[in-house]
Amino acid sequence: MSRGERAMVPKAEVRTYYDQPVLKEPVWTWEIPAYLFTGGLAAGSALLAAGADLTSNPSLARSMQCAALAATAVSGGLLVADLGVPHRAHHMLRVIKPTSPMSVGSWLLTSFGTATAVAMTSTLSGRFATVGRVARLAAAALAPALATYTGVLVADTAVPAWHEASETLPMLFAAGAAASAGGLGVVLVDAAAGAPARRLAVVGALGEVVAARAMRRRLGPLVGRPYGEGRTRRLRQLAEACTVTGAVAVLAGRRRRPVLVVGGLLECAGAALERFAVVQAGRDSARDPEATVSPQRARCNASAVG
Amino acid sequence: MGTSFGRGGATTFQQDLQHSDCIVIMGSNMAECHPVGFQWVMEAKQRGARIIHVDPRFTRTSALADLHVPIRAGSDIVFLGALVHHIIENDRWFHDYVVKYTNAATIVSDEFRDTEDLDGLFSGFDPEECLYDNLTWQYEGTVETAASAGQRELHRHNHSAVGERHGSHGALQGGRPPYSDETLEHPRTVFQILRRHFQRYTPELVEATCGVPKERFLEVADALCDNSGPDRTSAFVYAVGWTQHTVGVQYIRTAAIVQQLLGNIGRTGGGIMALRGHASIQGSTDIPTLYNILPGYVPMPHADNDTLRNFIATNAAATGYWGAMDAYTVSLLKAYWGAAATSENQFCYDYLPRISGDHSTYQSMMGMLDGTVHGFFVMGENPAVGSANGKLHRQAMAKLDWLVVRDFAEIETASFWYDSPEIETGELTTRSIATEVFFLPAAAHTEKDGSFTQTQRLLQWHHKAIEPAGDARSELWFMYHLGRIIREKLAGSTDEVDRPVLDLTWDYPTVGATAEPDAEAVLREINGWGPDGRALSTYTELRADGSTTCGCWIYCGCYADETNQTARRKPHTEQDWVALEWGWSWPANRRVLYNRASAAPDGQPWSERKRYVWWDEEAGEWTGVDTPDFSKTKRPDYAPPDDATGPDAIRGDEPFVMQADGKSWLFVPSGLKDGPLPAHYEPHESPFRNPLYDQQSNPARQTFSRPLNPYQPTDGQAGADVYPYVLTTYRLTEHHTAGGMSRTLPYLAELQPEFFCEVSPELAGERGLEHGGWATIVSARTAIEARVMVTDRMRPLVVQGRTINQVGLPYHWGGRGLSTGDSANDLYPLALDPNVHIQEVKAATCDIRAGRRPRGPALLALVEEYRQRAGIEQESR
Amino acid sequence: MNGWDTDVARRGFFTDTSVCIGCKACEVACKEWNEVPDDGLEFLGRSYDNTGGLGADTWRHVAFIEQPHGSDGLRWLMSSDVCKHCTNAACLDVCPTGALFRTEFGTVVVQEDICNGCGYCVPACPFGVIDRRERDGRVWKCTLCYDRLRADLEPACAQACPTKSIQFGDLDELRLAAAERVERLHRDGVTDARLYGDDPDDGVGGAGAFFLLLDEPEVYGLPPAPVVTTRDLPSMWRAAAVAGSALLGAAALTFLGRRT
Ligand SMILES: Nc1nc2c(c(=O)[nH]1)N[C@H]1C(S)=C(S)[C@@H](COP(=O)(O)OP(=O)(O)OC[C@H]3O[C@@H](n4cnc5c(=O)[nH]c(N)nc54)[C@H](O)[C@@H]3O)O[C@H]1N2
Ligand SMILES: Nc1nc2c(c(=O)[nH]1)N[C@H]1C(S)=C(S)[C@@H](COP(=O)(O)OP(=O)(O)OC[C@H]3O[C@@H](n4cnc5c(=O)[nH]c(N)nc54)[C@H](O)[C@@H]3O)O[C@H]1N2
Ligand code: SF4
Ligand code: SF4
Ligand code: SF4
Ligand code: SF4
Ligand code: SF4
Ligand SMILES: [Mo]
Repeated sequence: MSRGERAMVPKAEVRTYYDQPVLKEPVWTWEIPAYLFTGGLAAGSALLAAGADLTSNPSLARSMQCAALAATAVSGGLLVADLGVPHRAHHMLRVIKPTSPMSVGSWLLTSFGTATAVAMTSTLSGRFATVGRVARLAAAALAPALATYTGVLVADTAVPAWHEASETLPMLFAAGAAASAGGLGVVLVDAAAGAPARRLAVVGALGEVVAARAMRRRLGPLVGRPYGEGRTRRLRQLAEACTVTGAVAVLAGRRRRPVLVVGGLLECAGAALERFAVVQAGRDSARDPEATVSPQRARCNASAVG
Repeated sequence: MGTSFGRGGATTFQQDLQHSDCIVIMGSNMAECHPVGFQWVMEAKQRGARIIHVDPRFTRTSALADLHVPIRAGSDIVFLGALVHHIIENDRWFHDYVVKYTNAATIVSDEFRDTEDLDGLFSGFDPEECLYDNLTWQYEGTVETAASAGQRELHRHNHSAVGERHGSHGALQGGRPPYSDETLEHPRTVFQILRRHFQRYTPELVEATCGVPKERFLEVADALCDNSGPDRTSAFVYAVGWTQHTVGVQYIRTAAIVQQLLGNIGRTGGGIMALRGHASIQGSTDIPTLYNILPGYVPMPHADNDTLRNFIATNAAATGYWGAMDAYTVSLLKAYWGAAATSENQFCYDYLPRISGDHSTYQSMMGMLDGTVHGFFVMGENPAVGSANGKLHRQAMAKLDWLVVRDFAEIETASFWYDSPEIETGELTTRSIATEVFFLPAAAHTEKDGSFTQTQRLLQWHHKAIEPAGDARSELWFMYHLGRIIREKLAGSTDEVDRPVLDLTWDYPTVGATAEPDAEAVLREINGWGPDGRALSTYTELRADGSTTCGCWIYCGCYADETNQTARRKPHTEQDWVALEWGWSWPANRRVLYNRASAAPDGQPWSERKRYVWWDEEAGEWTGVDTPDFSKTKRPDYAPPDDATGPDAIRGDEPFVMQADGKSWLFVPSGLKDGPLPAHYEPHESPFRNPLYDQQSNPARQTFSRPLNPYQPTDGQAGADVYPYVLTTYRLTEHHTAGGMSRTLPYLAELQPEFFCEVSPELAGERGLEHGGWATIVSARTAIEARVMVTDRMRPLVVQGRTINQVGLPYHWGGRGLSTGDSANDLYPLALDPNVHIQEVKAATCDIRAGRRPRGPALLALVEEYRQRAGIEQESR
Repeated sequence: MNGWDTDVARRGFFTDTSVCIGCKACEVACKEWNEVPDDGLEFLGRSYDNTGGLGADTWRHVAFIEQPHGSDGLRWLMSSDVCKHCTNAACLDVCPTGALFRTEFGTVVVQEDICNGCGYCVPACPFGVIDRRERDGRVWKCTLCYDRLRADLEPACAQACPTKSIQFGDLDELRLAAAERVERLHRDGVTDARLYGDDPDDGVGGAGAFFLLLDEPEVYGLPPAPVVTTRDLPSMWRAAAVAGSALLGAAALTFLGRRT
């Protein structure tokens, strides 16, 4: 059907301008969902590293330490890569703006990165143990924020599928962080040392599935429409499948290493896919004028009545 | 306009529209084509005026109007004639105004026969020549009442034995026609003739012919009548929606009759606002780029008009301001040839070129085809796209020896020899074209000093903002130096034919590195100077004895007091709304013409509300917010002696000072080639029969029967149904005319990036056209393609009981620039209005079909297939 | 009243679409003055609208809507849209670099030399105004002719508008004028006339550029009741805090378990 025909026969349900979007589609490309994953992974890993350190579980501590640092480095790279003007990345630190989750996030990631780096150096050099521990704890302290601010980052937009999910997105991302970090732990260290990771992986997976479903319920049929259609739907189904099977594998894996590794990797994949699904949903949602107009129109009419 | 009122220009100015109580925009898409001026229509609307738009399409003007009346293109005379009928029959006319200020009371020769008597012809028609002799249209007891402006010189050759007659010249006695009847009861008064002429132009006829429901028509009629009279005024606004017809001039005449009957001329909020086109198009008729007139509407002498005296005798009116034509002409000759022009040599009258017939652009094109025209200068025009029947134009240019195109970019007219549609179809090949094409870059108005004379006769000076880039030069530079070089080459020649060139005053001072002539020096020459060498301040100072020079008498005063009056820019905040100190308008900086008519015969305003110009008894002169268009101190009760001539023969209560009888003309005894009164004729190509007369189309219209200009059968004839739809063309705000100035600019091109056709959903259904898709529009000339815009703004109309659909095409596209497309003009034939030779591009017939057009020779085949079905004989190629 | 302290009166636009003739002079004047590149030559067939909507390369956009209506059988709505220069501007709030800032005239402007093209402002704007120019990586939108305002000139678009459909001035005065205009139109029987974005208590604290419309906002492609997303920031941070603690708790718990 061509635009003009629509023009002459305006859609009954919701009136729009030639079915054109009211909002601008986010310009973010794959780097952002990828970062949402690596950021969470880094946070989760830092937590495991710190916990392992306190419970004197050196192998888990060291591995998760490395994981955290690597994930952080990759995160930084992804964020810079997504910028329209990458060589102005440092402008992120021009100001501190509480109203801008991205500004908050930039400072978070920077300090978190520094802490992890310091911790890593001490571990590798084997010197300044206390400094190292303090840094490790500092990173762990920042980790929860790092894992969840991204929920606010995404929700703090006009995109209905994102904004309306503001209550649950942080939880979803936190759970994802746990699941992925746990999963990675399972992969990296032997079953004996990896018990905490295993538990975290399972709890995370559970949380992720519950949070995702809660979110979609909250959004309802109209605003949540993207999750039921096309690419987004496939992504989120795949994500859930990976997470669930991953968790089962991790549980059932016991001492069978190959199963555990597969389980761990599947959980990581699940967490990653879930984030790609969320971002894709946002694009779909921004493109759909009805998602923007209908709820607002309803509000108008309500206020007109009441 | 010239023939009805005396001057060939809008009778009012756009700012004055704000005082209208009702504005009828008809034959113009003002909001889109004159957006800046349209603010005054919006202002009037804010003040409670009724805005009516009569147009085949619902346009951006209709969108802002109170009422839109869809009409079939080409049927306006029926609509307007019905207004005349309505006004007379319902006695809604402005009695005092009509009796005193128009020629309603004048009695016409008993030899006159009307279209009602001769079934669509007036008396005096010569079927061989397809020309009228206006002898029988004259006032009772006169031989010929000279028309005021424009066409006289050419016109006289349309009737026999003219020479002698002009010797005697049936002058009006003291500016008064010998016989008149102010009771208007005499059956041969103009008024009674008018009433009979339009008796069959009824609302029912409007419904059947224009497709306008009776009620809609009456709504318009009442709005007009209710808003006209002593304390209310209505205005008409038109542009080329009226002029581009084979009866274009008569469209305007009909409106002029309506406005005279309603007493709306010369009064604030009234008038007929003719919207002209290009920034200085009014200027290009005042100081003409036309073949048949000289500056100031002085006619171009005909070959057999041997002496200056005879020329003046032929063309001057004995009475009215045209009585001083000798002074205008002699001063012009002095401006041309200065010292060389003396009373002994008739002021070089013999140096003037002569005309021997019609030498208008289209005629010249025929000359190119026939090999009688060898060279062609194109400056500020793009005929390959802008002129009807583009194919014919390109074929004609392909036969030239040389072609000079001066423009900003290499427009289609300059590139036809390698990328025209004919190259694509193989009708032309670059190798076969011998034309030597010179493309010269032109300087834009921002890159040169000069003046614009815009739609309301207002001269506005523009100063150079930047130097032209590269080799770009102004027209002035090009013309001056071309002349200079030619004169240098001829220097010392003893050949008589070179004298006119060698004796020219060609001494303009030049400035700057490029030796740009001083434009103000040219303006000063146009203004003219007296014996003391000082600039004159008004045309009444001009003399016939050679003591004064003036390049254009109507512009005399634009350089008064040795200052460039056109460069005045006093803001409107510092003067009243008439703003007489902004620029300078001809004549004599008047904004509303014939404004003596804004006062009653006794010189007092018709009403307080419409007070504009009036007689001040104490001061003993005319005064008001505008420059009075009347002898400043001539009393309202002045009556001329019988032997009075020139302006003195105009009575104190006769506002139309350019007319021989001081009155506006409801009935035009001379000056028009197709009748003293407007009659409805169908367009040259129309799907309908003329419902009124056996005479289908304007009998005097100008046509060219040639292989390259095939005409389609029109209604009644076999094959007419092959081209069943009405085709009209128009403009978009986003583009300018042939596109050279808009398709080349990204900011404009992106706003309307593709050529499209506008069709109604009904037509789309009928022909399977899809919105956003493609359509091919076919005529006997060619077929073109356009994107489809299906819109409710196009309405099918019911005419003569039949539903008719119209296809609308913006005509801005051509093959070059950022936004390219086929040219609408390639579809049109050449069929012209006999008076002004304007092509009929507002109404023709066509077929439309879904999909893109064939390419190459296949295109010719498609067109040929249509021609055969329509029974149009094979075009010889 | 304006929500930040400055001695200069807040400037803005009142766009009265009831007198818009759709000439697009505003679109062109804006591009000429601000050297905005063309938006691509595509025939959209949305009536006479071929630039589509506001974006990085179109800062004024004229919408065309053909509707069945009244005695003429249809009406043709035209409306020139622009950045709303919101009192509470989401784009400005979320900008991490401070490239977007509030000028002394109360307008919202991007600093081309600061913007790093993070793109956050793009989905944040509830009106879908600001966008990234992929050719150069930065975001662009109406500056309300900041440079001209500082030179005491009116914005290019307003100056070019032949019918005064675009009125520029002190916001307070514009609001009064607008209220009168609506009343006048209602008296003249144009009951559809309504103001959009004039209310300081609406979801964005009132727009610096507000409109007189003849139909519902969504018909012109405008959100009927936009809300600045950052209004809900506190609750969002709360949700994050909860989630964060949950994560911390979960992590802690995993170490309580028996070592195997
Ligand atoms: N933006 C812009 N402005 C321009 C120009 C431009 O190209 N672009 N061109 C300038 C020039 S050169 C000129 S001459 C003027 C022309 O100014 P206009 O005459 O206003 O321009 P058009 O669109 O050619 O024609 C006006 C209207 O006539 C209608 N029409 C067609 N046939 C008929 C008919 O038989 N009867 C009636 N009543 N209406 C009819 C058409 O639908 C169209 O809406 O505009 C000038 N201004
Ligand atoms: N079908 C159809 N045909 C029409 C009409 C219609 O309504 N329908 N309208 C008719 C009318 S009213 C008109 S006026 C014509 C217009 O038709 P044209 O006059 O043939 O077309 P324009 O594009 O106006 O050509 C003007 C050219 O002059 C150039 N130019 C501008 N300024 C200067 C300058 O200072 N110096 C020089 N040397 N060049 C300059 C521009 O770039 C442009 O290419 O079209 C006519 N043809
Ligand atoms: S283009 Fe020039 S002449 Fe035409 S309306 Fe605009 S300002 Fe006037
Ligand atoms: S409209 Fe959008 S871009 Fe403009 S100020 Fe408001 S939020 Fe920012
Ligand atoms: S894209 Fe530029 S203006 Fe927009 S939020 Fe990022 S830095 Fe600020
Ligand atoms: S205010 Fe300036 S920048 Fe904004 S739309 Fe108007 S012209 Fe463009
Ligand atoms: S310039 Fe004015 S009238 Fe023209 S489109 Fe823009 S707002 Fe409408
Ligand atoms: Mo024109």
